[in-house]
Order: sequence, then C-alpha cells, then structure tokens
Amino acid sequence: MRSHSADRWLPKLVLSPTLLASLIFVYGFILITVAMSFTESRLLPNWEWAGVDRYVELFDNDRFWTSAKNLAIFGSLFIVISMAVGLLLAILLDQKIRGEGFLRAIYLYPMALSFIVTGTAWKWMLNPGLGLERIVQQWGFADFTFDWLVNPDKAIYTVVIAGVWQSAGFAMALFLAGLRGVDSEIIKAAQVDGASLPTIYRRIIIPSLRPVFFSVALILAHIAIKSFDLVMALTGGGPGTATDVPAIFMYQFSFSRGQLGVGAASAVMMLMTIMAVMVPLMYAEAKSGAQR
Amino acid sequence: MSVVSRVFLYLILALAALYTLAPLWVMLATSFKSLDEIREGSLIAAPQAPTIAAWGKAWSSACTGVRCDGLQPFFFNSLLMTIPAVLISTIIGALNGYSLTHWKFRGSEVLFTMLLLGCFIPFQVVLLPMARTLGAIGFVDSVFGLIFVHVVYGLAFTTLFFRNYYLGVPGELIKAARVDGAGFFTIFWRILMPISGPIFVVCVIWQFTQIWNDFLFGVVFAGSDSQPVTVALNNLVRTSTGVKEYNVDMAAAIIAALPTLFVYIVAGKYFVRGLTAGAVKG
Repeated sequence: MRSHSADRWLPKLVLSPTLLASLIFVYGFILITVAMSFTESRLLPNWEWAGVDRYVELFDNDRFWTSAKNLAIFGSLFIVISMAVGLLLAILLDQKIRGEGFLRAIYLYPMALSFIVTGTAWKWMLNPGLGLERIVQQWGFADFTFDWLVNPDKAIYTVVIAGVWQSAGFAMALFLAGLRGVDSEIIKAAQVDGASLPTIYRRIIIPSLRPVFFSVALILAHIAIKSFDLVMALTGGGPGTATDVPAIFMYQFSFSRGQLGVGAASAVMMLMTIMAVMVPLMYAEAKSGAQR
Repeated sequence: MSVVSRVFLYLILALAALYTLAPLWVMLATSFKSLDEIREGSLIAAPQAPTIAAWGKAWSSACTGVRCDGLQPFFFNSLLMTIPAVLISTIIGALNGYSLTHWKFRGSEVLFTMLLLGCFIPFQVVLLPMARTLGAIGFVDSVFGLIFVHVVYGLAFTTLFFRNYYLGVPGELIKAARVDGAGFFTIFWRILMPISGPIFVVCVIWQFTQIWNDFLFGVVFAGSDSQPVTVALNNLVRTSTGVKEYNVDMAAAIIAALPTLFVYIVAGKYFVRGLTAGAVKG
C-alpha cells in the first residue's frame, strides 16, 4: 500500500470548519444568549450581572403568558389534528388505491410552500366580508358569520387551520412510509384467522407504528414551537396580542422594543421547552426501538 | 371490501384532495380578477374577465414598505442568497458525510452527535449573538450575511443526509481503492461522486426549499435592500395604502411560491425523500 501521509489529517481538516462553526455558532451562541439573559442588557448588551431579574420581568409579563398559552393551544391541536388526518389519509391510501401517487403528490404540495405564502393565502380566504363567510352567505345562509380571524378569542384557531392544512400531508407521507414497512406476512396470517380489516389496523398495524408516531410528533412539535412565519403572515400576532407566540414575543422584545435581556430570557425558555418535549420523546423512541 | 365502502373511500380521498387544492385555486383565481370582480363575485368562482394587471403590479410596482418596485428586486435577492448557500452547504456536507463514514477517527462519532443536536435548537436562541457578529464583520444588511447564516445552520442537515447515504457504501470498496494507492480526494471524486447523484438531488432540493422559504433569518438579518422575497411578500401584504388589493397580494404570494412549487412538480419524488430523511434524523 502506498501511504498517503496526508490522509491521516485530511478528514479532520475537512471536518474542522464545520466543527468550529458548530462550536461557535451553535453551542457558543447558546451560552452567550443564556449569559445575556442574566444581565442588565436593554437596548444594547450590557454585561452587568442582574441575577434572575430578566426572568422575573418575563414571568411578570402578561404577554409572555398569553404567548405561552397560545403555543399550548396551537401546539396541541396542530399536532393532534395533523397526526389524526395524516394517519387517516395514509390508511385510506394504503388500500390499493388507483392514482395513489397522484393523490399523494396533491396532499404533500403545501409542504413546498413557505409559511408566509400559506399565511397570506389563508388570511385572504378567512377574512370576514369577502372570504369564506361570504361564500356560505351566498349559498343561502344569510346569517352565517365566520370572523375567527379578527376575533381575539378565536384567532389562534385560524393558525391551527392553516398549520394543519400545510402539515397534514407531511404526516401522511411519514405514516404511509411506516405502513409500507409493516410485515405483510403478519397481516396475511391475521386475515387467515378471520380478523376484520379495522381490527387488523387497530390491533396489529397501528401498534407496530409506534416509532413513526414518535418521530411524527417530534417533528410537528418542533414546527409548532418554532412557529413564527405562519403567525406573522396570518395574524401578525393580533388582533392586539391575541395570537402572540413565544417566537413572536422573542422577536419583538429583542428587535423592536430594545429589551435584549428579556428577549434572551424568552429564547432560553423556548430552548428549554424544546428540550422538555424532545428529550422524553427521544427517550421513548429509543426505548421502544430497543424493545423490538 | 364492499363496493359501497370502496366508493366511500374514494370519496373521502377526493374531498381531501379538493380541500388541499382549494387555497391554490383561490389564490390563482383571485390573482387574475379585477378588484371589482373580487368585491362582487365569489371567492371560489373562476375569473370572468381575466386580467394580468395584478401580476404586473405585484412583480414591478407594488409597495413593500417604503419601496414601491414590487417583488422583483427581492426575488433576485432570494436567488442570489439561495443558490450560493445551497451549493456551499451541500458540498461541505458531502465531504463531511464522507469523512464521518469512511475515515472515522477517535471522536468522530461524538462530533456527529454534537452536530446533530444542532438540528434541534430553536434559532431564536442564536439570533442575538449572530446579529452582533454579522454587524462586527460587516455582513449585516447584505446578502452575504444571509448566505453565511444559511450555510452555517444548514450544515448539520446536509452532513446528516450524506452521512446516512454513505453508510450504505461498503467499506471494502474504499479499502481496495486505498490499497491501489488512491488518496482521500481521489476516492471521493472517483468512487463516491459517481454514485452520489440521488443524494445530491435530495440535499439540493431540501436546502433550496428551506432557504428559499426562510423568513426568520431574512427578517432579522437583512437590510431593506437585501430582503429575501418572503420578507418582501409579508411587507407587501401589510403595506396598505387605501384599498386592500387582494388580487395583487395573491399574485405576489404565487410569485414567491413559484420556485419551490416548480421544484416540487419536477422533482417531487426527491422532495419526499428529503422530507422523510430529514424526519428520521437521529
């Protein structure tokens, strides 16, 4: 073997920019943000130690709690409905459907769009006056009203509607891939034993999709917690602050209101939330993987 | 399965397809209507007197904040930002994936796990230091800053794509090549590259969609002249001077969506593969 002495360090050299970028721009920056959340930073970074003052400020802020509550409502509905619709569509598509590829392509195209485009489209369709409300009125239901977009108590649900529209197809694609991976011998054996199709799905196929459920939930939770563009385009956080989510709170306090310390504290809370959701899910996924 | 339940099955699937397509139809129909027709007609009706006036305005004269020259300049900003960012992050990802699978060294697995965790962070937690850093190196308000940011935070994904793909390449192949005297780059170029076509397509499409559709980095790091098209679209919709022109909004939304929709239509298969590969990260 001719020896290439360069081969001993080339791989490390190739990886070093990425390693450096990760150490500085991911891990280093997280540390800086955490540090900043314990300082007197307002309009400009000010490294004077402030203890937990910024967190006290954050937790005393009604807007922060509104945004947390909205995230809880949006996140749970978005995840549950997207998964339910996705799973249903995947099971239906799995019945040897003619034109399956075509249908799949239709269900999935919203994933190619920016959330800003989705938000813009739904903002138009849901607007009271010229949108869906008027169609239903034109159909003869003159008293029909649908003003969720401008109703502070209901506006967060319009975000769910648009979010599910965009992401249900994605859940479908993942579930379908999972369904295709289920051992067909087991299903045949169950059919021979006289089990009906719904029973086979309920007792055999869906339980075997456990890992897929975890990963779909993981990704959807991730999309939900990071949700920023969709809300910005659809409601802009309004009416008032009715649809604020933590990502918008963080953006506004950091970049419009000159409250860097509070912004950093809210970003840290977002990181903690993601970790609180991800770690148990990943642990459960690893555990269910080990059992199989 | 009985005929009745089969019909029912197709009915549900068809309704779901209609529901998914409806917003696209409404956007298209609205964009070709005049404002009068929008006010008098129905949301879902086809345009009676189709006009491309709204498209012209959205492209070249609609106001996006203070500027009033449509989406055009921002569309090119997006291209200028997306193309280099996609290429750079993909090439580095390919070399990273190759190094991590066939040139393992002590600590390379730890390194990979470390990179992977970076996929999960909410970007809000790096925005503030990054804004300061871009300011310090003079990248703020320029398209270079956005290219830089997208490369840095895209590397974890591109590396993951290529690592998972190259895991499937037998190590014996690389060993044999080394015995024959081939070095690190020769092996990559002669053995890995010729079989990497599909994963390059998957990775490029994934990165293109992510970067083109990004809003957060664009709105935080871009100046008024280097904004990507997503930010400009949002500004266009929010800028209201008197009458709200829904037809212009919709034309603008479609313009902003066209590149990724086009990619989806011509290479949908690879798009799905990227989504599912990105999904099983870790």
